[in-house]
Amino acid sequence: MQRTVLLAITLAFAGVVGSALAAPVNYKTPDEVAAFKPGPNLEVVQGNCSACHSADYINTQPPMKDKKGFWQAEVTKMIKVYGAPIDDADVGKIVDYLAATY
Amino acid sequence: MFDRRDLLRGAGLAAITAALNSTKALALDTVTLPFANGERPLVKYPQKRPLIGLTSRPPQLETPFAVFNDGPITPNNAFFVRYHLSDLPYNLDPDKFTLEVKGKVDKPLKLSLKDIRKMKASEIVAVNQCSGNSRGFSDPRVAGGQLANGAMGNARWRGVPLKAVLEMAGVQGGAKQVTFNGMDGPVSDKTPDFVKALDIDHATDGEVMLAYGMNGEDLPFLNGFPLRLIVPGYYGTYWVKHLNEITVVDNVYDGFWMKSAYRIPDTPNNAVEPGTAPKATIPINRFTIRSFITSVNDGAKLKAGGTTLRGIAFDGGKGIKEVAVSTDGGKSWTSATLGKDLGKYSFREWKLPVKLAAGSYELKVRATGNGGETQPDTPRWNPAGYLRNVVETVRVTVA
Repeated sequence: MQRTVLLAITLAFAGVVGSALAAPVNYKTPDEVAAFKPGPNLEVVQGNCSACHSADYINTQPPMKDKKGFWQAEVTKMIKVYGAPIDDADVGKIVDYLAATY
Repeated sequence: MFDRRDLLRGAGLAAITAALNSTKALALDTVTLPFANGERPLVKYPQKRPLIGLTSRPPQLETPFAVFNDGPITPNNAFFVRYHLSDLPYNLDPDKFTLEVKGKVDKPLKLSLKDIRKMKASEIVAVNQCSGNSRGFSDPRVAGGQLANGAMGNARWRGVPLKAVLEMAGVQGGAKQVTFNGMDGPVSDKTPDFVKALDIDHATDGEVMLAYGMNGEDLPFLNGFPLRLIVPGYYGTYWVKHLNEITVVDNVYDGFWMKSAYRIPDTPNNAVEPGTAPKATIPINRFTIRSFITSVNDGAKLKAGGTTLRGIAFDGGKGIKEVAVSTDGGKSWTSATLGKDLGKYSFREWKLPVKLAAGSYELKVRATGNGGETQPDTPRWNPAGYLRNVVETVRVTVA
């Protein structure tokens, strides 16, 4: 009897460890809740910026004196440095939205 | 997998339920960091306690500062998280994980996690601190992750010295640097992958480590499971997570994350006049020396009489020689008692009993390292908001 229980415990333990080691991580992050604030050309911003990062990357930036200059530099960095495929026609719209909204 | 430790503790069902529910957004509460636009949600991720949410994709989490008053070791579930690129290996299979060692080596290697765990293990207690820690306090403000002081942590890392792995592979003559790449990557192939480099002498110093263990457990997924680079005394940007590719090169690596990003001014104190651009830059490297009061918050109200101030100090690897505390805004200083020495790369605890009569006080703390480095009275400034180590001030009223 005692031996059976011990064996069962051993098997159960081995099962947990074995399956844990064999299983892929399957890590689940919480749903993304941060959203862009309403503003002009919101769809253009969502369509371009959300491809690589969540909206909180923008929401948490500091309030700057020269908003237009700051956001122009950020959008330029996304295109030139990180290779964001943003149409030339959209660049001005995105910068205007960011400068007006954040 | 991600709740394996809970399973082993017998909390199986609860852990699985929690894990399944964790995909629902849990807006627990918010905190307000002490700078403009500092409101942040507290968010709960698997394997983590509620932490300060900076960004969700990729995940960036800051440790609530109160955690640093709980002891010199930062618990795994409270340790900060920082990623650059959004394609994370959420489904990586530790049984199929392979670390590749290649480039200018005699014998290229492909090591499984089992191979690495079979090697002679070593341990080191070391602080990991994000280069952008405290960036939110930059004045004038600068772009980037707006962090308060919680993007740092101290852990006991277990793994194998990088030196041992490189010796197995046989580094060839003419090798200059070693590059490190992890399984996380960009969502667009136009975005530069996150690859970092160390000089060959640094990589083979015996201290740089490939770690699989953290505070007696496996690395949490968000801290680089199943293997990450540990670069004691150096900013977190070098501590590549989910590390699966090591390449020995015979040049100075010129990828974006070394050549253009994570640079500091090449000036004597790595600072420039606030608001200006440096003429020349170098890669960010060792931590500046820092110290904090952890037992009292800024703005706290204390009872008149005796109290013991406590806190932590650390530096880039010389070790802490002295921590001095001022209760009069920096006019006079008293040496604090240092806590247990866990190694020169660790947080060093300090404490000092003080008597405070009714009134307002500016409490300050200043560390000095074994190399003579100390903290400045005014903050240094650089365009990326790196290296902050000004003497910290906590204002309290006593009644």
